[in-house]
Amino acid sequence: MTTQATRASQQARPGHGINLHVLGPIVALVVLIVAGALMNSNFLSYANVTNVLARSAFIGIIAVGMTFVITAGGLDLSVGSMAAFIAGLMILVMNLLVPSMGAGISVILVGMVVALVAGLFAGLINGVLITRMRIEAFIVTLGTMGIYRSLVTWLADGGTLSLDFGLREAYEPVYYGGLFGISWPILTFLLVAILGEIVMRKTAFGRYCAAIGSNDQVARYSSVDVNRVRLLTYVGLGILVGVATIMYVPRLGSASAATGVLWELEAIAAVIIGGTMLKGGFGRVWGTVVGVLILSLIGNILNLTDWVSPYLNGAIQGVIIVLAVILQRESRPEG
Amino acid sequence: MKHFALMTTSALALLAGPLAAQEAEETQVVGVSIPAATHGWAGGMNYFAQEAVERLEETYPQLDFVLATASDPAKQVSDIEDMVATRGIDALVVLPFESEPLTGPVKSVADQGIWVTVVDRGLAEPGIEDLYVAGDNPGFGRVSGEYMVSALPEGGKIVALRGIPTTIDNERVQGFEQAIEGHNIEVLGMEHGNWNRDDAFTVMQDFLSKYPQIDAVWASDDDMAVGVLAAIEAAGRSDVKFVLGGAGMKEMIQRTQQGDAMVPANVTYPPSMIATAIEITALGLVSDAPVSGRFIIGSELVTSENAERYYFPDSPF
Repeated sequence: MTTQATRASQQARPGHGINLHVLGPIVALVVLIVAGALMNSNFLSYANVTNVLARSAFIGIIAVGMTFVITAGGLDLSVGSMAAFIAGLMILVMNLLVPSMGAGISVILVGMVVALVAGLFAGLINGVLITRMRIEAFIVTLGTMGIYRSLVTWLADGGTLSLDFGLREAYEPVYYGGLFGISWPILTFLLVAILGEIVMRKTAFGRYCAAIGSNDQVARYSSVDVNRVRLLTYVGLGILVGVATIMYVPRLGSASAATGVLWELEAIAAVIIGGTMLKGGFGRVWGTVVGVLILSLIGNILNLTDWVSPYLNGAIQGVIIVLAVILQRESRPEG
Repeated sequence: MKHFALMTTSALALLAGPLAAQEAEETQVVGVSIPAATHGWAGGMNYFAQEAVERLEETYPQLDFVLATASDPAKQVSDIEDMVATRGIDALVVLPFESEPLTGPVKSVADQGIWVTVVDRGLAEPGIEDLYVAGDNPGFGRVSGEYMVSALPEGGKIVALRGIPTTIDNERVQGFEQAIEGHNIEVLGMEHGNWNRDDAFTVMQDFLSKYPQIDAVWASDDDMAVGVLAAIEAAGRSDVKFVLGGAGMKEMIQRTQQGDAMVPANVTYPPSMIATAIEITALGLVSDAPVSGRFIIGSELVTSENAERYYFPDSPF
């Protein structure tokens, strides 16, 4: 609570000079964009910007949900495996329905519903185990991470599940198509981010998340239903994993054991780069969006330039992540 | 359904094992230890191992097989120890998860006088195994490079995707580079796609943004080729004439067979090499034919003329 309060007063203080804590991620993003534009003239082309934003959408949509989980003092390591499992399940169900319903909109809608419901239940399982059984979030989600990864391998019989060819053509516009030249994944990401920002800043739910992450005992005494709020953060994240999967499946029309590997770490990294505190108590959805863009841009710039050996891509990524977080550290040490 | 069928057959095999042992005097046991199906190629390898075991158990009633799949090197070591201790295996066929951690345990198996066949990934110390069966990684790169040269007689600009940084990947790339040397083929860029569809999709999108003219792509793997093809299609680029994958995934072989101009060829690195290893090991146990030594399975060029021979519709890969 105290951290929350001081932070709020810091932000509200008028005439406060340059606040790197707020600007840190944005500075890093701007530096990357300028660097990219200088290194390659195609960097700011419509095609490249669309590519980068669209590929950020999966991690981005998940990371918005992750912001709430982390703000409320939780963690979810299972989202990457969950996405792979939901993608596999979705493909299997849709393929099964093609003979009876034909390769059209109706099957795709059923597939989308399957993804959302599966995400909801997967999140519910995580949430119930964490809040009702009182098991550490790290352990629960480490467990479910292994379970979903094995399940998708088993569903695919060790190989790859591929969407029916005709259906893939009907479904492709969901990733490649769009409105006014902006593709659907980008629009969905934008919508999820705006809704997330509103929920975090303007609703009781957002304030409860921060309060619980700050000090769950105090939150409980303040008559916040701690378990219910925590449970809802995991359910919300599960549903958003479902939404991300709906965008992911039409891209390549397949799912395998290699789908969504390390998405959970990318999502967590994006959340932290964006200024949310890993130990909970303070969350910033727009920061998460910036964090996701920073991560995608690093990979994109490294691919567009030749000045480092591809063996070192991981190292460059690591350095920039650490730098982005250093930029926004608080000047005085925390208790 | 398939899983259930496999479970039943293995349960039957377990029941049938002791009975068969009573009938035939000298039942010999072959242990097969392989990595679990964590990616497409390994999935195919698991399929061919199971198929070979089922077929050989029928062919040779005097042979018993124990098949174990491991999800990490430590589990594989335990599997092998269990096979020796509880099943008294006479021969071991092993595809090591990683070379280093498996070298010691496999050596101790060999020291007990048990026949050892090593598949694909060699051990860190030479001379432990009686038989070595493997694919030809430099050859894989060379055949791919030679195809590039023949498909681009005037020369051209290509981009290449590499796998996970490993010896296997390095050998393939070296073989490829040697084969295209001096043939006016310019490699614009090479990045790691990690044998992964999504990574390959991303890398190819960025290659397409970076280079306005690309004549062909060496995707070096069929999973990566799937991602590359999707990226090219989405960008609507018509300059890329074809994509050369590799390893012989059935969907890609089928496209080659049907004469798809974007997928004109493939280069094999067959997961069925595990079946070769099990067959030869079994042959060594039941006959006097000498089978020790090295058996290197060549990487072959698949085109629309011979694609039919490389198409296995039941395999998961």
